[in-house]
Amino acid sequence: MNWNWLTPQVIAVLIACVEALVILIATVLVAAMMIWAERRLLGLWQDRYGPNRVGIFGLMQTPADMIKIFFKEDWIPPFVDKPAFLIAPLVAMTMMMLGFAIIPITPSWGVADLNIGVLFFFALAGLAVYAVMLGGWSSNSKYALLGGLRSAAQMLSYEVFMGVALMGVVIQTGSFQLRDIVEYQQQHLWFIVPQFFGFCMFSLAAIATTHRHPFDLPEAEQELAAGYHTEYSGMKFGMFFVAEYVGIVLVSALLVTLFFGGWDGPLMDRVPALSFLWFAIKTMFFMMLFILLRAALPRPRYDQVMAAGWKFCLPLSLVNMLVTGAIVLAHQSLSAGG
Amino acid sequence: MPDDSPNPAALPEVPAIALPEVVRELYARFGENTFIRQATKDDVPTLWLPVAQLHEVLRFLKFDVPSPYKLLLDLAAIDERQRKHREGQPPSDFTVFYHLMSIERDQRTKGFGDVRLKVALLGESPSMPTITNVWANANWYERETWDLFGITFEGHPNLRRILLPPTWTGHPGRKDYPARATEFDPFSLDAAKQDEEQDALLFQPEQWGMKRSVPDHDFMFLNLGPNHPSAHGAFRIVLQLDGEEIVDCVPDIGYHHRGAEKMGERQSWHSYIPYTDRIDYLGGVMNNLPYVLSVEKLAGIKVPPRVETIRIMMTEFFRITSHLLFFGTYIQDVGAMTPIFFMFADRQKAYDVIEAVTGFRMHPAWFRIGGVAHDLPAGWDRKVKEFLDWFPKRLDEYIKAAVENGILRGRTIGIAQYNTEEAVEWGITGGGLRATGCDYDLRKARPYSGYENFEFEVPTGKNGDAYDRLWIRIEELRQSCRIIKQCLENMPSGPYKADHPLTTPPPKERTLKDIETLITHFLGVSWGPVMPPGETSQLIEATKGINSYYLTSDGSTMSYRTRIRTPSFPHLQAIPYVIRGAMIPDLIVLLASIDFVMADVDR
Repeated sequence: MNWNWLTPQVIAVLIACVEALVILIATVLVAAMMIWAERRLLGLWQDRYGPNRVGIFGLMQTPADMIKIFFKEDWIPPFVDKPAFLIAPLVAMTMMMLGFAIIPITPSWGVADLNIGVLFFFALAGLAVYAVMLGGWSSNSKYALLGGLRSAAQMLSYEVFMGVALMGVVIQTGSFQLRDIVEYQQQHLWFIVPQFFGFCMFSLAAIATTHRHPFDLPEAEQELAAGYHTEYSGMKFGMFFVAEYVGIVLVSALLVTLFFGGWDGPLMDRVPALSFLWFAIKTMFFMMLFILLRAALPRPRYDQVMAAGWKFCLPLSLVNMLVTGAIVLAHQSLSAGG
Repeated sequence: MPDDSPNPAALPEVPAIALPEVVRELYARFGENTFIRQATKDDVPTLWLPVAQLHEVLRFLKFDVPSPYKLLLDLAAIDERQRKHREGQPPSDFTVFYHLMSIERDQRTKGFGDVRLKVALLGESPSMPTITNVWANANWYERETWDLFGITFEGHPNLRRILLPPTWTGHPGRKDYPARATEFDPFSLDAAKQDEEQDALLFQPEQWGMKRSVPDHDFMFLNLGPNHPSAHGAFRIVLQLDGEEIVDCVPDIGYHHRGAEKMGERQSWHSYIPYTDRIDYLGGVMNNLPYVLSVEKLAGIKVPPRVETIRIMMTEFFRITSHLLFFGTYIQDVGAMTPIFFMFADRQKAYDVIEAVTGFRMHPAWFRIGGVAHDLPAGWDRKVKEFLDWFPKRLDEYIKAAVENGILRGRTIGIAQYNTEEAVEWGITGGGLRATGCDYDLRKARPYSGYENFEFEVPTGKNGDAYDRLWIRIEELRQSCRIIKQCLENMPSGPYKADHPLTTPPPKERTLKDIETLITHFLGVSWGPVMPPGETSQLIEATKGINSYYLTSDGSTMSYRTRIRTPSFPHLQAIPYVIRGAMIPDLIVLLASIDFVMADVDR
């Protein structure tokens, strides 16, 4: 047999593919297990049990739900706009999963080190809105439409300052690449300290991107029944549902990467394997915070969310960016002059 | 004054000196001969008047008398065609009655602030002028009266069925309409009929005087309900939307209607008690109270002090469970999911006490005519004390964790606001009225069942918005605990049933010794007690507002007419007035803050 085609380049490609595949599968699994974790944690905080019957600690609840949802009739209501109705959940799921391409998980592990990493995430977040908008519009249902409208308005307001909020980090690092950002934090301070306002603004915007409570206005149960996915059932609903959890994992990973030093942590120099552990622990902490938010807060009204976005978050993000820029410039001219 | 001497022919039973203030005023203004005064067994002055002068009299009472009668508490009809005992009443086939109330006068005179006016109508399909131009909230009451009794109100803006589907034939409130399913042919629903029923449910904006569009854009009509997570039951409200702004809306009720008033006319006085539990299904024995108090007035029973105190204690427990559910769902409707679970746990503690005392949880049907079902069990005081030790601390936590939350305040302060005058015009009572600053609570204004012996306060709000309506209920929870504590400390000893032949079931001790008691007991438990003919009513401060039972006895084992005035009915009618121009999330907050259950609205 001729093994000539197995050049080092091909091997590198294969390894990269396997690595990417592992990340993809791990992401979906983590997202699925998060459904279980959320229900158990909510149960713990709310004086009740949560799912505890299927498997040990109810761990098999999510697989059982998956099996159920796979075998459900894949029903498309006769009144919907079929192509858009089918595409919407795909878009939701794909955009969120693609996001993991740019996350550096350990010093040596990650799918792609795009030099426009941060911008790539913004683009994906922007495209993810289409899932909700298309779902809401194509369902041809009034509740879904209202959900879609809310989503569009909300995203418009929150994407504006999401970008601006991150510019402080980018200015300090001098790069859009996430690996550079983590390495910069390893050498200097984690960005949570110098970029505290950026962190606050970005986390707000990030929660809004995932439509998680308290920004779940597009699907506010008490108002719009199920909002944009009212007409979805079976696996198509399942994709929206899992996409939400993938989104939480993604946003938590991003928060860790951008503001909490990514894989950075004590004892890293001696035991390099710890880097993954640090990353995982930090990410899980933020995932839990998402769940806690859901358990703790009421939901603001739609116009209050808009007002907060435009009147409070946007100006604060702009100020943060300007001040960071000024300091960096001053620092550079000082060191150049000195 | 010449008007002070009543006409003895028309007033066989009323003593000459005790003419109520309002009767004197009416006699002075319209002359004594305009009215026929009817004796009733409650304290409500009841006057018949000719239909021609109805408007004049109503306007006089609403606008011209000192301490005017601003509140139209109730409006309904009685089918008199089969009634035997009508001594001293003018001939009538259908009687429409108006129960008016003056809060100011009621507080001044300690419970003599209402008046009942009756209009006699003759013929099979009578008609009379509407009073929607005097009271806004007469609208739904007149529709209900048309729906159930077939009385036409001329000039009504939209006289269509309200509790029954538009496809219904006949008027079930009438005496000749059968009360049991077995009196009808078997029901079947074929495809054609189903289509017809579904078409009848389609909302036609034109029927309600709404436009589908204005020159530059169309409105969206959104069906909120009858199945919606925040509709608190089978309640439908059709919204006319411009974006998310509510231009107008039409509440549609009747999905939970089961003819509770009609059932009262075919159950014995005793066996109707369990039906009352299900009127406000969160109120439990709170619903029994106005009914048994009313029947006791008919029978002339005076219950022992222990019974009164036990009744107060149990109704206050149900006020707590009902308010807790309100509290939890309110916060949930604003979007916070956690508090309701804690409140269910607290309700559980209250239900433990209720269960230990009554043997049931939500619908104990535990009050009896002339008493309660059995005495308090041994150790009841320990259970009550456990609850009182547990609950107030939790309440403080909820306030800190949920009520003072900034997002919740932002969602509810200044939302769905109305003032006292508007509340009274729409017939809003209970917490919804007190949130506007009016301290009207029947337990204070006209104490019943011994409330005069208790120390408690009537919490009031200032702004009449959704947030104040929440606070009122929280304070009421505290006051209920206070009342229960006083019950615990001062529970009188004595019998748990009145010693009276009409007490049902009667005390049994003497039945095996003398034949008279045995016969009374036998009749009381087999046929049911026979109540002496007469009319009476009892108003109570229920969990959601003023609840009253207006009973007419024709000297039989069953009620001739049972009119149930529930607070939730007028509360829902006011929704369009309160919510126009607001947004969908505000409507959800309003619905949460009203505190209604559909069983209470539709009866």
